[in-house]
Amino acid sequence: MVVSTAAPAAEVQVGARPQRRTLRDRLKRDWTLLLLCLPGVLYFVVFFYVPLLGNVIAFKDYAPFLGIEGSPWVGLENFVMLLEEPEFWTAVGNTLQITALQLLLYFPAPIALALLLNSLVGNRVKRLVQTVVYLPHFLSWVVVVAMFQQVIGGAGTITTFLAAHDVTIGNLMADPGLFKLMATAQVIWKDTGWGTIIFLAAITAIDVSQYEAAAIDGADWKRRLWHVTLPGIRPVIIMLLILRLGDILSVGFEQMVLQRDAVGAEASEVIDTYIYYHGVINGDWGMSTAAGLMKGLIGAALIYAANKLAHRFGEQGIYR
Amino acid sequence: MERPTVAGRALKTAALTAIVLAVLYPFGLAVGTSLTGRAESVANGGGYVLLPAHPTLEAYRLILSGGAVTRAVLTSVGITLCGTALSLLCTVFLGYALSRRGMLGGKPILMMVLATFLFTPGMIPTYLMVKELGMLNTYQSVIVPVLVNAFNVVVVRAFFQGLPDELFEAARMDGAGEWRMMWRIAIPLSKAVIAVVGLFYAVGYWNSWFSALLYIDDHDKHPIQLVLRQYIFRGGAAQGTDVAIVRDLPTASVQMAVLVIALVPILLAYPFLQKYFTKGVLTGAIKG
Repeated sequence: MVVSTAAPAAEVQVGARPQRRTLRDRLKRDWTLLLLCLPGVLYFVVFFYVPLLGNVIAFKDYAPFLGIEGSPWVGLENFVMLLEEPEFWTAVGNTLQITALQLLLYFPAPIALALLLNSLVGNRVKRLVQTVVYLPHFLSWVVVVAMFQQVIGGAGTITTFLAAHDVTIGNLMADPGLFKLMATAQVIWKDTGWGTIIFLAAITAIDVSQYEAAAIDGADWKRRLWHVTLPGIRPVIIMLLILRLGDILSVGFEQMVLQRDAVGAEASEVIDTYIYYHGVINGDWGMSTAAGLMKGLIGAALIYAANKLAHRFGEQGIYR
Repeated sequence: MERPTVAGRALKTAALTAIVLAVLYPFGLAVGTSLTGRAESVANGGGYVLLPAHPTLEAYRLILSGGAVTRAVLTSVGITLCGTALSLLCTVFLGYALSRRGMLGGKPILMMVLATFLFTPGMIPTYLMVKELGMLNTYQSVIVPVLVNAFNVVVVRAFFQGLPDELFEAARMDGAGEWRMMWRIAIPLSKAVIAVVGLFYAVGYWNSWFSALLYIDDHDKHPIQLVLRQYIFRGGAAQGTDVAIVRDLPTASVQMAVLVIALVPILLAYPFLQKYFTKGVLTGAIKG
C-alpha cells in the first residue's frame, strides 16, 4: 500500500508544471482552503441564492400549508393585482418623493461638509469636528428618531421653548405633511458626517501642484474650488450617484416603521414597508413578493443604465 | 496662497459650531433627562432637561432592577458577542481562502460573493427561509440570516492579498499548511482590519431591532433596541414587570435612561472604531 501511494506522488513531482495539474491534485492541494470557504459559501447559498429562487412565489398563489412547491401557479396574476392596488401606488409615490428629497437635500450635504472641513487650516479642529460628526452614523434608527423626538417632538425642548415665546409649531414629528422632510432631516443628521469620509479622501488625492498652479495664475479660493477641487472629486460624486440610483426604491425602511404610528401609513408607506405589512403581517405572500421582485429588478436595471451613462460621459463608473 | 479673510473665518467658525452643537445637543439632552427626578421634571413642562439641578440615578436604578430592560440588555449582549464571533470567523475564513491565488474554484466563489451586491432576495423569501429552517422565535434568527457581509469579505480579502508573498513561501518551505499560515501569518498581521470588521459587525448586531420584530414574537427574547422602541414609540413599558415603574417616574426620564443604556456600548466602542474605520472603509471602497 505504501508503495502504491508513493508512486503517483513521485510522478506528479516530475511533471510539476502548474497548468498541467489535474483536478484531483488541485483538490488535494486546496482542500483546506475549500473547507475554509464552506461556512461562508453555505451562508450565501442558504440566505441569498435559495431565497433568490424563492421569488417564484411571485408567480404562485402561495399558501404556507401547501409550501412553495405545492402552491398553484398563477402566472402574472400577482403582478396584475399589485398594479391595480392604489395603496401600492401610494407607496411608490412616497418612495420616489423621499428619494427626490434625499437627492436634493442629503446628497450634497457631505460634499459641502467635506469642502468645509478641508478648508480648515488647523488639523486639531478638523479632527475634533470629524470625531463629533461621524458619531451619529453608529446609532440605531430607534435612537436617532428618539433624539429627534426629544428636541422637536410634541414635548420637545425646542417646541416647548418656542411655545413659551408664543410661537406654536405643533408636533413636527407627527405631522403627515412634514413627514418626508423630517425623514430626510433624520438621514442628514445621521449620515452627513460619515458621508464626508469618501469625499475627504478624494480631495486629499488631488495633486497639490494643481492648487499651486491655479494660485499662481491668480485664481481665488472660489475659482480653485470650482476648477480644481470639484473636478478632482467628480468621479467619486458620479460613482456615489450611480450607487444611489440603483437604490432609488429603497428609502429608510426602519425609519418608516418607527414613525408609522405617529404619521400614518398614507404618509409613510414606502415600497419596503408595503412588502412587510402586506406580506408578513397580512399574509399576501405572492403579491408582496411580486413587489419585492419588481423593486429588485428595477434597481439592478437602474444601476446598469446609470453605469452605461457614466461611461458615455467618459467617467469610470463603478464597473466596466 | 492668500490668508482667509476675517469674515470668512468667522462664518466658518459659526457654521462648524452650529454643526457640532446640532450633533451633541441631543446626546446631552438624553443624558440630562435620564438623570432628572420626578419633581424637577414635572416643574419643567416637557419633561426633557439638559442640566438637571439635582441629578439622580432613580430611573436607572428602577429599570435595571431586573425587569424587561435588564433582560433585554443581557439578550443584546449575548446576541452581539455570539454574532460577532461567528460572523468574524466566517468572514475571515472566506476572505483568507479567496485571497490565495489559484485556489480551485476561487474565481466562481468570488463571483458568487460579489453578485450579492447587485441584488437582494427580498424580505419575503428570506422570511420564508428562516421559517422553513425552524428558526422563528429563536436567537439564531437575528444572527444567521445576516451572518456574512460580502463587503466585509472583500475588505478582508484585499488586506490579506496585500501581505508579502515571501512570508507565505517561507512558511510553506517550513512545511506549514494553509490552516497554519492563516492563523500564524495572515491573521496576526491583519489585526487592525479584523478589529474594524469585527466592530462593524458588533455595532450592527447591537443596533439591530427589525429582525427581532420580524422573527421573534416572544417578548422575553427581545433585544434592547426593540424594548427601547416599545418605551419611546409605543408609549410605555414592554410587557408586564416594568409598567409600575413608568407610573412612578416621569416617562421622559425612564425613556431616556433606556436610550442611554442602548447607547453606552456604542460610545465605548467609538474611540476604537474611530481609530481604524477610515482606513477600513477606504480599502473596501477602492478595491471593491
